[in-house]
Amino acid sequence: MQDLWGSFQAAFALIVQMDADLAEIVLLSLQVTTAAVLIACLLGFPLGALLAVGRFPGRAILSVLTNATMGLPPVVVGLLVYLMLSQSGPFAVLNLLYTPTAMIIAQVILVTPIVAALTAQVVEDLNVEYDDLLRVMGASRLQTVTTLLWDARASLMTAALAGFGRAFAEVGAVMIVGGNINHVTRVMTTAIALETSKGALALALALGIVLLMISILINASLMALRSSTRTTAHA
Amino acid sequence: MMRGTVLAAVVAAIPFMSQAADEFIIVQSTTSTQNSGLYDAILPRFTQSSGIEVRVVAVGTGQALKNAANCDGDVLLVHAKEAEEQFIADGYGLQRHRVMYNDFVIVGPANGPVDLKNTTTAAEALRAIAQSQTPFASRGDDSGTHKKEQALWSSTDLDPSDQSGTWYRETGSGMGATLNIAVGMDAYALTDRATWLAFENKQNHKIQFEGDPALFNQYGVTLVNPAHCTKVKIEAGAEFINWLLTDGQDAIARHTKDGEQLFFPNAR
Repeated sequence: MQDLWGSFQAAFALIVQMDADLAEIVLLSLQVTTAAVLIACLLGFPLGALLAVGRFPGRAILSVLTNATMGLPPVVVGLLVYLMLSQSGPFAVLNLLYTPTAMIIAQVILVTPIVAALTAQVVEDLNVEYDDLLRVMGASRLQTVTTLLWDARASLMTAALAGFGRAFAEVGAVMIVGGNINHVTRVMTTAIALETSKGALALALALGIVLLMISILINASLMALRSSTRTTAHA
Repeated sequence: MMRGTVLAAVVAAIPFMSQAADEFIIVQSTTSTQNSGLYDAILPRFTQSSGIEVRVVAVGTGQALKNAANCDGDVLLVHAKEAEEQFIADGYGLQRHRVMYNDFVIVGPANGPVDLKNTTTAAEALRAIAQSQTPFASRGDDSGTHKKEQALWSSTDLDPSDQSGTWYRETGSGMGATLNIAVGMDAYALTDRATWLAFENKQNHKIQFEGDPALFNQYGVTLVNPAHCTKVKIEAGAEFINWLLTDGQDAIARHTKDGEQLFFPNAR
């Protein structure tokens, strides 16, 4: 229990002081995760919409694959990306191992299936509602997809946030491909793992509390943004 | 507008992706050296004098050897002499140099059921633990510490892997994680002294056995073989190794935790 109380005090002290090392770690966490989620959305939104309204051979298989890969263990993804980017792997020339870019790649692989699967669900539901109307209007497949995606934008933000949560909290993949190198690839989660292994449990938990607070802040501000766009839409 | 925001965010992310203009080397190393704070203490001195940044990837010795064999590092700094010599014999590394040493200790619950005070060798201590069937947390991860532990067991003519899952518990984790588990389940564990001294979650655990020469723990440094890995930064890597073996020796000796020296330089 002492550890728990100590952690809250330590977390508060960490936030108040916000020393350069912590700021650097928090910033890198945000940069890596934000970039990964943006790329995952650019891939996942169209893929999800395609799965929802597309009619092509292999759609069912692709759909099952997308849903199944939502549960990929981060360590497996980390290993896969490590083997790809390693100097003895096929993409050695890129020199990306142990860089933030490698961490982004791993997280894109983790997050894209989540964004795509949730998008497919949302668009499919919406398509049931709009199908007749869009057909009467003679909308092309592309127009249908873009219209549905645009109309579903509020729900898509939830899909993006789910992806953000997965990436922001993930440690197994970024540990392997980033290497948890101080000042280069150390992020919130790998720092927590490191402090835990040093037995500095109070500091580790304090970092966890900081992580949670940032996550709450981001979710709250996006929710606020979402409800304000909804208000204007209805006005 | 939405699209503009997205684009701006992506553009903002580009500069940090294409960083790393300065010279740096990657050192594949062990968790024990990182967890004890050694690198934080000594590396800034080297970087200051040489301008070379040292990026440490701290994993178990087994993984460090594998990563280095895959050419994902310039320098290898681990503690498993035989495995290092095999690494060089396989053509993955050049010469191995002694850097520093400390020793392994057996830690356990303060009022544990086994009295190791009267045992004189590590083998005897392990045998006493095995006989009492008291939980023992093994790294179980092919690390340098794990290799040492296995060597000690084999000198007892006991094979604890038969008992895996009962009193002998293989954590498959790093040193710190294994110590957390040992503390949590009142188990004994073999650890290097540096990690133990720097470990902050000791609770009621104390060093129960130490001092057997068999517990000697030597760290060695090896430059990855440029004949095998063409991209190895030979000059920067060699400069770092040279520093470790000369000026770095003082820096290593001066690194303490609560007044106790963690590593003892022995390059000369």
